Amino acid sequence: MTIGRTLLQVNGATKRFGGLIAVNGMSFDVKEHEVMGIIGPNGSGKTTMMNLISGELRVTSGRISMQGSSLSDLPPHQIARLGIARTFQLVRILPSLSVIENVIAGGAFGHAKKWGSGARFFAESLLEKLGLAEQMYQPVDALTYIDQKRLELARALASEPQVLLLDEWLAGLNPTELQVGIDLISSLRDEGRTIILVEHVMDAIRSLCDRCVVMNSGKKIAEGQPSEVLSDPEVVRAYLGDE
Amino acid sequence: MRTNDWQSIVIAVVLFALAAIVPFIANGYQLSVAVTAVMYVGLATSWALFSGPTHYISLASGAFFGVGGYLVATGMSDYNLSFWLMAAIAPLVAAVLAILIGLATLRLSGVYFVIFTLGLAEMVRNLVSWIQNNFLGSRGLYVLTDFTEAHIYWMLLGVCAIIFIFGWWLGRSRLGFALRIIGNDEAVAKHVGINTAWSKVILFMTTGFFAALIGAIIAPRYSYIEPNQVFSPELSFLVVIMALLGGTQRLWGPLVGVIPFTLVWEFINSNFSNFSTLFLGLAFLLIVYVIPRGFVGLLQTWGEKIRT
Repeated sequence: MTIGRTLLQVNGATKRFGGLIAVNGMSFDVKEHEVMGIIGPNGSGKTTMMNLISGELRVTSGRISMQGSSLSDLPPHQIARLGIARTFQLVRILPSLSVIENVIAGGAFGHAKKWGSGARFFAESLLEKLGLAEQMYQPVDALTYIDQKRLELARALASEPQVLLLDEWLAGLNPTELQVGIDLISSLRDEGRTIILVEHVMDAIRSLCDRCVVMNSGKKIAEGQPSEVLSDPEVVRAYLGDE
Repeated sequence: MRTNDWQSIVIAVVLFALAAIVPFIANGYQLSVAVTAVMYVGLATSWALFSGPTHYISLASGAFFGVGGYLVATGMSDYNLSFWLMAAIAPLVAAVLAILIGLATLRLSGVYFVIFTLGLAEMVRNLVSWIQNNFLGSRGLYVLTDFTEAHIYWMLLGVCAIIFIFGWWLGRSRLGFALRIIGNDEAVAKHVGINTAWSKVILFMTTGFFAALIGAIIAPRYSYIEPNQVFSPELSFLVVIMALLGGTQRLWGPLVGVIPFTLVWEFINSNFSNFSTLFLGLAFLLIVYVIPRGFVGLLQTWGEKIRT
């Protein structure tokens, strides 16, 4: 799908925790139908950046906006209602709800506001699409790790988000599961979804991302197509250190 | 509606009808125990509507209940207002109070919330006593009506019916679903678009509203009211214990906890009144350690065992 207009704009976003600057003057745009990767060594501020976009944390300075309206001062539930859905770095399933209810939870309040039989039907179709048809009536604590991740993704998709934030969604999967996971995100990309993903798995970055931003110590050190930025000397230095 | 729903409705209507004829067949003592039981059914069920799904344990029932009883007493005794007017005003005052308390405290989590509500209930009690003693004359208040015990019983039963209908609606509503999600994981709740603060405040307000309404209706039973008596912290604990004994995952859970507990409580109070506090503590420990999910949880476990 062709890349469209700018959907999300991050402009000089900065987050301070006391003396520590976790995110320092980050700026980038995300366009419609684009898969944007945020990569960088551990502790470079990627997850903090995601938390700033989803409203979990508030920017110290700078501005984040979607289609011109500012997100930086909104609480997380309002950001969700504007159409930004997320998964969590450590998977967060709702343990006392059924599998289907876990998915309906994603759509009932947010952007989609689906409720009743329509919501149930939509949740079932999402579960089937993500390969959880057989697990649909199992208790949630019987799900394997990758199925829990799928369920969390289904919950995020249930809100029919305009922007989907995936925070290390592929982390912790074994090599076979990893390929399944990459294919799954790839199918979302083919549907034309707009995705921002934080990832450590370089294969995933190469095959999934249209563009990526590289962070180091809270700052952007490179931006561009994955093949370009991954061969950038400064990026290599950030990951591997000086020779 | 599914057949299951119809079954529940039929059972509920039959039980309600049976409960309604109690005053015709019970003797004076039995009826007074029944009034106490219906009062706690209302209090514990409405308490569980909020605290069940969210796991926010509130010990403020006594404060709201007290507001109800005290306002009725003050209005009737000092200002010659009618019982009905005061019984209508009291829950609204309690609801406003609950909103203010909710906005201030529902950001607290876990044990901090519990402690705060306990402290709050004590503060309200002392504040009201102080105002009563210093400004309104240090005397008790009289609530004189023509109501018999049976009238009070039927009014409370009516309130219980409203609470159950509200709870039934809530269980099917988006708001009820939001509360369950909040109880599971508040961070997820925020990120799926739930206004967690308001969802909690609305339900906390409902709980306060019903507690005050029940406090107002029961006031004529005591005839003579003192702040220390109606703002009793013991009531807050009893409500929690009964609701937990029954189980808070089902709407009817608190009901099955209240009835046996009221009978035992009545027995202990009339025979070993010195040991009632001790009994309360023991009951609390037993419930938490032996049946943490209450009778409802116990029934579910047995049900699963039978099926396998």
